[in-house]
Amino acid sequence: MAGFGTSVSRPLYGRGPSPGLRFFFYALLAALLMYLDQRGNWGGRLRYSLMAAAYPIQAVVNSPSAAWQWLTESSRARTQLRIENAALRARQRELELALMRQQALQQENAELRGLHAALPPLAKRWQLAEVINVETDPLRQRLVINKGSRDGVRRNQAVIDAAGILGQVARVGPWSAEVILITDPEHALPVQIARNGLRTIAVGSGSPDQLVLPYLAVNSDVKSGDELRSSGLGGVFPAGYPVARVIGVRREARQLLAQVQAEPLARVDRAREVMLVDFDPAHPAAPVAAADARP
Amino acid sequence: MIRRDSFAVIAITCIAGLVLSVVPLPHWLALVRPGFLVLVVLYWSTMAPLAAGILLGFLCGLALDVFQLSLLGQHALALAMLAYLAIRFHLLMRAKPLFEQSLYVLAALVAYEVVLWAIDGWTGHARGGAARLLPAFTGALTWPMVVGVLGRFHTPR
Repeated sequence: MAGFGTSVSRPLYGRGPSPGLRFFFYALLAALLMYLDQRGNWGGRLRYSLMAAAYPIQAVVNSPSAAWQWLTESSRARTQLRIENAALRARQRELELALMRQQALQQENAELRGLHAALPPLAKRWQLAEVINVETDPLRQRLVINKGSRDGVRRNQAVIDAAGILGQVARVGPWSAEVILITDPEHALPVQIARNGLRTIAVGSGSPDQLVLPYLAVNSDVKSGDELRSSGLGGVFPAGYPVARVIGVRREARQLLAQVQAEPLARVDRAREVMLVDFDPAHPAAPVAAADARP
Repeated sequence: MIRRDSFAVIAITCIAGLVLSVVPLPHWLALVRPGFLVLVVLYWSTMAPLAAGILLGFLCGLALDVFQLSLLGQHALALAMLAYLAIRFHLLMRAKPLFEQSLYVLAALVAYEVVLWAIDGWTGHARGGAARLLPAFTGALTWPMVVGVLGRFHTPR
């Protein structure tokens, strides 16, 4: 096998199989691989080990930008750090106040629902992961993160950042995992318009700053500026998490469906750190278990 | 005749090409990024068809599949095909001036994208319009540069 096409002493059209035959052999091999990857368990295991093999190179490829970031972080002046620190402290106070209010609301909500105590927190466990590779071409909007099955990452786990839903885990390797973003053209996310509770599906557009809502009728109540939240259907994301804001609605009299565009709230193409979240399945806002939730 | 150390040169340039092909770029830049690894494989298949065989194309394609998160074997098939074409026509290619070589490279890269696109279609992923062909054009424009850079690593016969 190692001798194929690599032997120095062999003339090109002399001994050994001809280039055409060799190409035929490799084409068959590639076809077999594609077949296995498309539909086999075996392909999944092969992919798992290949992801493990690719991890060091991905880490190396990512290292220049990581080093640059470290350099800019560590060379920042003292005054700048102090300003940032003050801003963060103010933000923390703000969040503490909001949290106090939220706890009161949760208590009230529980009483209204006829429960004795407030519900347990929705997010059971979360962990931070660093983005080590970004793939944002029109066909694939994916991230590779530096946490894998060794860290408890599993398929279809929700991935969010500080602003909203980012995507879900599509493939898991031992030390890394592939995240399919909500802007991937193959990703569809059940959402709800926060203003009126209208449910629909947000589909990725292939561009990192746009989602499309292709299934809204011309006369549906949607307008520019509406906030979209996850509806909790689909079995992956819990209800009520921010997803996107509607930025454009076009209605044409001749068409049955409105053309609605939305801008994701999560910073899809600039995310450096993401959160992987596990949800408490007993919570009423937890994702509804679907029969088979596929990305 | 090609020296033995050219294997090391081929391996190193291929890894460099792979890194250039997968290093994260802003969205608009990633749209027009030429497939550097594809160009490197094309170069070695034309200039050193004995040292770089179809196996090189296959392995580099497999690496692209893993890093670009596509179907396993998709880029491997397309790049093996490109390596085969380059090896088949390497004498014709070498005799041409650089400008004409770029045109052949353009044709090869368009064929490469079409194969990828067809496989995407068969597996139910067909998306993206004419923008998919942009890397073929930028790749053809990059070819003289690739020849200039890689030509320093060996003495073409």
